[in-house]
Amino acid sequence: MNVEQARASLASTLAVDIAAGAPMTVDVPPARWDEIARYAKETIGCRFFNFLTAVDWKEQGLEVLARVDNLDEGVSLMLRTKLGPGVNNCASLTPIYRGANWMERECFDMFGIHFDNHPDLRRILLEDGWEGHPLLKSYAVDTPHPPYR
Amino acid sequence: MPSWLLLLLVPFVVLNVVIGMVTYVTLLERKFAARMQSRIGPYRVGPHGLLQPIADALKLMMKEDIVPDAADRTVYNLAPIVFLIPCMLIFATIPFAPGLGVGDVNIGILFFLAVSAMEIVGLFMAGWGSNNKYALLSAMRAVNQIISYDLPFIFAALIPVLLTGSLKLGDIAAAQQGSLLKWFILYPVIGQLAFVMFIVSTLAAENRVPFDILEAESELVAGFRVEYSGMKFALIQLGEYAHMIGSSFLGALLFLGAWSGPGPEYLGPLWFLLKAMFVFLLVTWIRWSFVRIRVDQILALSWKALLPATLMLLISTAVVVVWRTGGF
Amino acid sequence: MLDVDNKTRVEMDWSGPERLQMNMGPQHPSAHGVFRAILGLQGETVVDVDAVIGYLHRCHEKLSETLTYAQYPSIASKTDYVAAMTSEFAYVLAAEEIGKFEVPKRAQYLRVIVAELQRIASHLLWLGTWCMDMGGALGGGATIFLYCIREREDILDLFESLVGARLLYGFFQVGGTRYDIPDGWAEQCRTTIDRIDSRVNEYEQMLEDNAFFLARTQGVGTVSRELAEDVGIAGPLLRGSGVNFDLRKNVPYSSYGDFDFTVPVETAGDCYARYKVRMAEFRQASTIVRQALDALPSGPISSRPALKSVAQIRIPKGEAYARVEGPRGEVGSYIVSDGSAKPYRMKWRGASFSNLAILPHIIPGHKVADVVAIMGSVDPVFGEVDR
Repeated sequence: MNVEQARASLASTLAVDIAAGAPMTVDVPPARWDEIARYAKETIGCRFFNFLTAVDWKEQGLEVLARVDNLDEGVSLMLRTKLGPGVNNCASLTPIYRGANWMERECFDMFGIHFDNHPDLRRILLEDGWEGHPLLKSYAVDTPHPPYR
Repeated sequence: MPSWLLLLLVPFVVLNVVIGMVTYVTLLERKFAARMQSRIGPYRVGPHGLLQPIADALKLMMKEDIVPDAADRTVYNLAPIVFLIPCMLIFATIPFAPGLGVGDVNIGILFFLAVSAMEIVGLFMAGWGSNNKYALLSAMRAVNQIISYDLPFIFAALIPVLLTGSLKLGDIAAAQQGSLLKWFILYPVIGQLAFVMFIVSTLAAENRVPFDILEAESELVAGFRVEYSGMKFALIQLGEYAHMIGSSFLGALLFLGAWSGPGPEYLGPLWFLLKAMFVFLLVTWIRWSFVRIRVDQILALSWKALLPATLMLLISTAVVVVWRTGGF
Repeated sequence: MLDVDNKTRVEMDWSGPERLQMNMGPQHPSAHGVFRAILGLQGETVVDVDAVIGYLHRCHEKLSETLTYAQYPSIASKTDYVAAMTSEFAYVLAAEEIGKFEVPKRAQYLRVIVAELQRIASHLLWLGTWCMDMGGALGGGATIFLYCIREREDILDLFESLVGARLLYGFFQVGGTRYDIPDGWAEQCRTTIDRIDSRVNEYEQMLEDNAFFLARTQGVGTVSRELAEDVGIAGPLLRGSGVNFDLRKNVPYSSYGDFDFTVPVETAGDCYARYKVRMAEFRQASTIVRQALDALPSGPISSRPALKSVAQIRIPKGEAYARVEGPRGEVGSYIVSDGSAKPYRMKWRGASFSNLAILPHIIPGHKVADVVAIMGSVDPVFGEVDR
């Protein structure tokens, strides 16, 4: 599916307007997160899993982003979902994209987002006993961590 | 001089010469490898780094001797000695010149092969006694490898025996005297093939790259000797190099005419040494230009290629020898 | 086995299939940094692997939120310290995309030159260390390693005369580059890459004529196209698995469209295919450098004034994801800007992080010796994995 077809089909599936521009940025409701990802992989052909991350919008809550590509057609999709204030649960993409495994573990590590159905949700970069999730805006840079400081 | 004194003196001299040679052969290898790799090599200790081996030995002697808590102490402590003794014993039957050697017995080559295979006991003890997973894996690999490669090694070494008709190393050497063409490496076809197979199995028996899977520092850190330090490590190192030099001497004796060479007779040992060092550098050259192969590939190479090939060669040599002596 | 705290022997459980848990790392000669692979072994065969990373974590993403757009590029080079230029490149590209800054043509060409030189330097280090993994520090691998290091030194010398630093550069700034090439640099660069080209041919002969090298690499660590895309590995690994995708060609940035080069693709997906791709990239990279040096336009090297204060660069509200083709694949930087002098959020898409995630999928079933060969062929840099 090329870029224009992908835009049209996603817009009709999600019933929203998708702005032109690369990458194509798609706002997805949290409830349809994994469904749209599966749609992107199987229908649009975005089989290349690029990355998954999150942004902490303070009082507006967390936002999860995933970028997938269709390398043959040059379609890049940036999927975004706003989890909403106080929510830190999200559907996992690992059953769809195996590459999401480590990325979601990193998100769990850094933002404390719990990915449902993730097979192996552990901290990945920080040690197991670490307190807090450093990339949250509420986490001060100079938070003390015995025995390190 | 009473004969019992001579009996003690000769092995003493040989042992010390071997140990001295080991230290300097390490320097030779390091210099040679450095030249291959566009480096200079040891240069700081003494002129052109000539005192480097002594500094190394001193350092190893002064290092703290660490025994891991979990080690099986008896086995762990005994292993370097068990490893070293066969490596030193192989020099017992090598005649360095006609009549010059510890004991040129009539089953010399058999003794050499049997004793050099004994080092595996020490090696396995080291791997087991260290109680380290790397060491254990390495010891298992070592047993695999020695079992696989001793057969081709023995078969390749038996070819000169067939050509001479004697198991006595002195006889084998004596049969190659007189002219260059008498060297067994120049024996048509059989000599060259046997030499190549001998070198390949020597590499494996000495655990050198590309067959150094039991040392394999990129996988098993240092293999069976990972837990050894100080003097015990030095003993293992000494044993390895002694074994290597012993095999080089054997190669020079079996294929390169031992002490045959131009000049007066007393230069014989020098020629022998030079030929042994040639074999040693050949092995070193291979070592520093190949990558290591995998354990299953090593076993496949031995059982599927080298063993049948040496066996075939041995049989054809026997046929040739019988034919030439008019046996048919 | 030993219970460390109680110093007592614990009987090994021999019931069921015999398994040995072996730790490879975090300190291990072939860990390429600090990486711990917990291998479950049955004999010599690896049956399962758990990769433990994070030993080199410095929280670059949090750090970048506290540093301005002028400060961070030189810190960015510390993520992938073997190819420092590419990380800086990705960061400044993202900032320029949000700020809509023009980059002068000369600066674009200079960026291409250093990025390609960096690719050669990084691939040289990869070739050396990978061969050392397979050949051992006391074997033929060390020979290749020392040859490669010798050539890499020449490139580091070039960088030193350009920037003044040999490993971490700070060459890029938002809007252009920080330094122009000194007199005679172009000539020196040409002779260096000519020499490296001829030497690379020698290494290729030395390795490919070597049956043992082929035995160790062919058919080892095969990654199918489907798995490669699913996990999101990039760069030479992706191209080694038959995907013809190179950002320099498919999504040209920084004037890559001006240069004539080909993208090597291999379909086998094993270690040898990845090796072939990288060996071909040596030649392509030097072609690009030569073309860029020949066509180097004159003009300013930055659209913005030289840096005087750390908070000098402000970019408007917005977000952008910029990616460059690094030696290890797609290095991306996702920046969310809130209009201040510092990013609100910065995400590194480290190529090594994604590439390393392939290991648990391909290692089981191989021998212990293959683990290091596969890991070396992935070419991870742990500064980038852990960030």
